Amino acid sequence: MSALLSLAAVSAGYGSFRALFDVSLEVPHGEAVGVIGPNGAGKTTLMRVISGLLPLRGGTMTLDGRAVGGLPAHRMVGQGIAHVPENRRLFPRLTVEDNLRIGAFIPQARAHYAEQLERVFALFPRLKDRRAQMAGTLSGGEQQMCAIGRALMSRPKLLLMDEPSAGLAPLVVAQVFELVRKVRAEGLTVLIVEQNVQQVLEVVDRAYLLEVGSIKLAGTSAELKGNDFIRKSYMGL
Amino acid sequence: MDIYLLEAVINGILLGGVLALLALGLNLIFGVIDVVWIAYADLVMCGMYAIYWFYAEFGWPLPLACAVALLGVAALGVLVHVLIIAPILGSAPINQLLATGGLLFFLQSFATLLFGTEFRNVGIRLPIIEIADIYISTARLLAFAMALAGAVALYVFLRRTFIGTAIRAIAQDRDIVGLMGVDQRRVYLVTSAIGGALAGLAACLLALQYDVHPFIGNTFGPLIFIICVLGGLGDMIGGFVAAFIMAQIISIGGYYSSTELSYVLAFVFFIALMFVRPRGVLAR
Repeated sequence: MSALLSLAAVSAGYGSFRALFDVSLEVPHGEAVGVIGPNGAGKTTLMRVISGLLPLRGGTMTLDGRAVGGLPAHRMVGQGIAHVPENRRLFPRLTVEDNLRIGAFIPQARAHYAEQLERVFALFPRLKDRRAQMAGTLSGGEQQMCAIGRALMSRPKLLLMDEPSAGLAPLVVAQVFELVRKVRAEGLTVLIVEQNVQQVLEVVDRAYLLEVGSIKLAGTSAELKGNDFIRKSYMGL
Repeated sequence: MDIYLLEAVINGILLGGVLALLALGLNLIFGVIDVVWIAYADLVMCGMYAIYWFYAEFGWPLPLACAVALLGVAALGVLVHVLIIAPILGSAPINQLLATGGLLFFLQSFATLLFGTEFRNVGIRLPIIEIADIYISTARLLAFAMALAGAVALYVFLRRTFIGTAIRAIAQDRDIVGLMGVDQRRVYLVTSAIGGALAGLAACLLALQYDVHPFIGNTFGPLIFIICVLGGLGDMIGGFVAAFIMAQIISIGGYYSSTELSYVLAFVFFIALMFVRPRGVLAR
């Protein structure tokens, strides 16, 4: 089992505030890995570090065996990492198609634009119906589709998803996890951060528990689902 | 309809073309980079001097002189960004205003030093054509057509290319575009070059109609700013529409009173409209 992404003793923060302490984790090829934890645990910070939006303060990060720590975000995309940010962050006054087009901005992706657009439309047919519509007018679930589609347009090796279910109605949350399953079925490696512990453990192979900036627990989803601490603190069982 | 009034309306439309082109450039830069180039009209002045120099002094063919001037002003736009805007991108907007305001005085003084204050003319007089008793200047007609062509080219560029899409996207959410592999700095450079090129194109069109002198930017610079504010700063379509509204006020106002008074009218209209539609004529 070779790791596509591996973080070793990564720390990061904002100003004098340290948000991540010696975080080590591995995302194996073809697997879906979850990072769960309470609000403010550093989950989004972790995602921002991996996608290059926030610099590493310490530790190393490798993708496919290559050191990628410290690259700026716009170079990270070319390395094969696509990040679906928290709250989707679509360009609301651009059409769905323009949002997807900008996902294919990097030269390697531009060359395959038409073909990749067809794949995204095949995966999310709703986006094809809405292609000429402004992204800001989409429903919450459709926006999440568009955000995932935009990330897929760069033909990534690793898809990062930051709280895909945040701010969505319960019914839509179920749909969003269905989207995650679809993406997985494409054979893509996924790292997903969620507060919705019960549902995320249904779609990932393994998960890490992040609390106050450190990894507290790690295991397969079956192990974590059976863990008393997780059941009590995060699933309310 | 009074034939002279009709002539004024037509002239207003023709004047609106070049103003709209400059408003597009200023709005593009504001929308994308979030700075106002106070010295924008002075870039046009630089372009007009370049055309005068290449054509009238060096004897280059006019199309070549225009092309080189256009590219030169585009390069000047990049220089403005790299030397003046980029180092203070993160600082308070007032600092950026002061810096580009300083550039205005620099360019005007520099031009005075180089060329003196006398009015210079490229010396091309395009014919006036007469259609059904209405007199229309070919230079204005040409300027209008070229300005419109420039606006269409910009529209197609922003719609159809990847970098154009990135330019529109960055104006909506500048912090997130890196996640799509877009290098913000590169987009800013391309935007500055396009903003410069639009000023360069305007210089080509104005050089055929007006004499160039170091302070010519002052005659239409303020007008372009109020057009942009009237249209809603950063709103390219609003600015485009506002340019034609202001041009009509100036042209028709000039017909009923005098050119000077027409500018007073235009500014009064602007102030009044700012109370009614403070976020721009087309703001929802």
